Amino acid sequence: MSITRDEVAHLARLSRLALGEEELDNLAVQLDAIVSAVARVQEVAAEDIPPTTHALPITNVFRPDEVRPSLSSAEALSGAPAAEEERFRVPRILEEED
Amino acid sequence: MIHKTAAELGALIAAGETTAVEVARAHLERIEQVEGKVNAFLHVAAESALEQARAVDARRAAGEELGPLAGVPVAHKDVFTTRDMPTTCASKILEGWVPPYDATITTRLREAGLVILGKTNMDEFAMGSSTENSAYGPTSNPWDLSRIPGGSSGGSSAAVAAYEAPLATGTDTGGSIRQPAAVTGLVGMKPTYGGSSRYGVVAFASSLDTPGPFARNVLDAALLHEAFSGHDPRDSTSVREPVPPVVEAARQADVAGLRVGVVKEFAGDGYQQGVLNRFNETVELLESLGAKVVEVSCPAFTYALSSYYLIAPSEASSNLARFDAMRYGLRVGDDGTRSAEEVMALTRAAGFGPEVKRRIILGTYALSSGYYDAYYGKAQQVRTLISRDFEAAFGQVDVLVSPTTPTTAFPIGERADDPMAMYLADLCTIPSNMAGNAAISVPCGLADEDGLPVGLQIMAPVLADDRCYRVGAAVEQALEARWGGPLLGKAPAL
Amino acid sequence: MTTLVPFDEALARYAPVLGIETHIELGTASKMFCGCPTEFGGAPNTHVCPVCLGMPGSLPVVNEKAIEYAIRIGLALNCSIADWCRFARKNYFYPDMPKDFQISQYDEPICFDGYLDVEVEGETYRIGIERAHLEEDTGKSTHVGGATGRIHGASHSLVDYNRAGIPLIEIVTKPIEATGEMAPLVARAYATELRELVRALGASDVRMEEGSMRCDVNVSLMPKDASEWGTRTETKNVNSLRSVERSVRHEIERQAAVLDAGQAVLQETRHFHENTGTTSPGRSKSDAQDYRYFPEPDLVPVAPARAWVEEIRAALPELPAARRVRVKAAWSLSDEELRDVINAGALDLIEETITAGASPAAARKWWMNELSRTATAQGVELSALPVTAGQVARIQALVDAGELNDKLARKVFEGVLAGEGTPDEVVAARGLKVVSDEGELVAIVDKVIADNADAAQKVRDGKVAAAGALVGAVMKASRGQADAARAREIILERLGQS
Repeated sequence: MSITRDEVAHLARLSRLALGEEELDNLAVQLDAIVSAVARVQEVAAEDIPPTTHALPITNVFRPDEVRPSLSSAEALSGAPAAEEERFRVPRILEEED
Repeated sequence: MIHKTAAELGALIAAGETTAVEVARAHLERIEQVEGKVNAFLHVAAESALEQARAVDARRAAGEELGPLAGVPVAHKDVFTTRDMPTTCASKILEGWVPPYDATITTRLREAGLVILGKTNMDEFAMGSSTENSAYGPTSNPWDLSRIPGGSSGGSSAAVAAYEAPLATGTDTGGSIRQPAAVTGLVGMKPTYGGSSRYGVVAFASSLDTPGPFARNVLDAALLHEAFSGHDPRDSTSVREPVPPVVEAARQADVAGLRVGVVKEFAGDGYQQGVLNRFNETVELLESLGAKVVEVSCPAFTYALSSYYLIAPSEASSNLARFDAMRYGLRVGDDGTRSAEEVMALTRAAGFGPEVKRRIILGTYALSSGYYDAYYGKAQQVRTLISRDFEAAFGQVDVLVSPTTPTTAFPIGERADDPMAMYLADLCTIPSNMAGNAAISVPCGLADEDGLPVGLQIMAPVLADDRCYRVGAAVEQALEARWGGPLLGKAPAL
Repeated sequence: MTTLVPFDEALARYAPVLGIETHIELGTASKMFCGCPTEFGGAPNTHVCPVCLGMPGSLPVVNEKAIEYAIRIGLALNCSIADWCRFARKNYFYPDMPKDFQISQYDEPICFDGYLDVEVEGETYRIGIERAHLEEDTGKSTHVGGATGRIHGASHSLVDYNRAGIPLIEIVTKPIEATGEMAPLVARAYATELRELVRALGASDVRMEEGSMRCDVNVSLMPKDASEWGTRTETKNVNSLRSVERSVRHEIERQAAVLDAGQAVLQETRHFHENTGTTSPGRSKSDAQDYRYFPEPDLVPVAPARAWVEEIRAALPELPAARRVRVKAAWSLSDEELRDVINAGALDLIEETITAGASPAAARKWWMNELSRTATAQGVELSALPVTAGQVARIQALVDAGELNDKLARKVFEGVLAGEGTPDEVVAARGLKVVSDEGELVAIVDKVIADNADAAQKVRDGKVAAAGALVGAVMKASRGQADAARAREIILERLGQS
């Protein structure tokens, strides 16, 4: 298993990281080393082993359908890099997804 | 004053022999005196600390019954949200962010009358084992300023070890409390997953993150543990069972008849001899105290590190997506022409440090279509195997023990360019995060080679956190008798 | 301009296959994972908290009511309810999605494998339901600086997260085949039936115009002699029942033209334009979308107890299809009459009016005539008129008792709708009452006969039809309050014709 620089560039786009050329080069080398090391997990886990996603077997944790106080718009916007008309101001959006 | 334990300070304040304000002042002075060397804090909240202390004194004066830690100062890891102080997770991307809400644990500290001195340094978003991955500079180990204080909760461990605070909070995802406690000569506890609330803890790996206490002795750790634990309806993974009787266990300090398992897999290559020497002596000590020691094999533990470095980055890649320059935090490159997508990518590239980027890319890879089954899926299966090993082991013994870390504190910079070497620091601590069980690190001596602290890890079953304290306290009592006082007394003065 | 193949021609050569994904906002009081209100139309960013803003450290907790509604909808769609299922994170970056992942369900939906029967022109089509799963809605962006407020050409956008985190159920059909030329109507009928069903279940207000129900419509064509489906397009956010029908029709016509020209249909997302009835392609993505689904670690699995599911099943209300059969028979309606009642949104209102004591015919008459006209004139829904079913029944009761005639009753409606009070208050205030005092009526008749000698003479001469003019004059003189039938009897009596 080896990870190419192109793959790292694709992963960087998927994870919205505008990485420089040098960063991509370094990451490709490091990731390749890490992935070859951690690929050990494939040695042990047989098909019939169920995956664990939660350490403790808790189910059905719900809250009642009750309205609780919200933040004020001032609190909501307090950390916003830019705001306008009580809304979060963001750079132009390319296109709706979903 | 600053050398007193939290329990002592609480008792002195309760007895009216000192005030919370005096105690806070003493620690703020200490911070001023040593911070230049240690760099444990990202934010010192002197004003608000004194205000909180005054409030405690006023409540006491009004005859209110307060808890055992009322008026005792605490250093709070910068991963917990605080509405009156910035919360940055030591990242540029959150520089200056003041959350509009308190973490559940922050609220519980306040309710228990603890005085929050400030926010401590950490590896950025809790990713690391050395606190070198902080965007605001590394923290030094008070035992040797050229060495790391462990991580990711290295600011908390350094603050307590440097007597800047008697208590500190931390979070442990792969060892981020136990490892820094071990390398600074402190007690550090990772409670059972879900035993302490994650609400308001900026997430690294949600299925592993566990808040817990740091202290200079076992009883203090238990007191802080008890103060902030318990069910939280805001955290769906919070357990409903009552908090285990940790304080009682810390006072019990008795291992007679207890069955102790030594994990066979945690020894050998990569372990510093001085660490193994102290560990083996401590096992003998336990035997001499009446414990029944057996060797236990947990073969899946050797795969824990690999599994961890797939699961934690995967969850992190998703958890850290929200830092996108839209609602809070840093925004870079918004020149009026760039799209939101471009601004997101530029901001994230500028705002995250190298380790965070590395893990985001790794996690994105492990979750991406075509690789999920081979990496994330397999890692989750390994998690099952680790839990089964623990179950089998706890069928035979009451607690498991191992060294907390394979080595003592390494020099700052030594492993900075070698991520795999860095990751080895968490070798022994990770299995308990994977299975969610309780584990503690207590000091067990100084390594022969470098005279630096070594930690003993005690692992107990899920919700049997009290056993960690019971065994830890017994070891502490016996060793302190041998040393003539706490291990930290041997640390050089700052 | 895209070339199109006329619909009938397209259907002569190709068989359409449809798939419909419908997002419906559930009518819970609070959001899916936090206590913020779901109410439509609050001031921007006032129905938000750390959880639905995705603030660092915040954690979701599942709204139990949303689970209950999902199960209710699933049961009504004849679905199986999962014994155990999980939420998953769907990872993609978008400014209106606070966490840059959506909490959804992936391979473990809460409801799966059901069906919904719909009727089109007397024929029943069974639409298979693949799954129904829970997820959270996104915030809403306003695009600023562009020509028309559209995303294209905008300089920046403003985001309001009030909608973020509102519970959604996404209902996905199995492929809908063999509908031929009925495809657009079947699609519309499905959306209509689903809307009625969810409304009847009380699980959502399903207002398409407010976006609380939105359809994505998948269409593909296969040549009639082929055995494999063609490439499909997905038309997003089709926001009215009419648009569902039109978008299917348009895609059939467009794809037929593409295939006729020997080209391949692109698998893509398209947008529907209400004004032209056409679709246009979305932005093609350089990287294929990879959502990196994984189980949501912040939430624990949902394992609905069987007893709970059965409790919900037992409490299901009468479903629209059964109700239609019952109502049609009980009210003696034709198919067309029933359809008109449903389309007017009058079914519940008429039924309540009947429950309040009116006859089916009378209840239907008032709601479908008088009140429907008023609602149309005011541009509001029938149910939004300020008159209750109980009041309609009361007015009809007054008519039945002979205290009002239809003309007076309309005046009572006028008063009630104008906010003058209850029917009885309006009757009293306006002095609306059929003149039943015989002496008074005889006096009016005598005066009318005296004033209209010519007409009176015609009646005396045996032209009974001329009495109509006299009755009209009596009604006028009594300001409509006379009992017209009784007035006619008296006129004929006085003029020697009885």
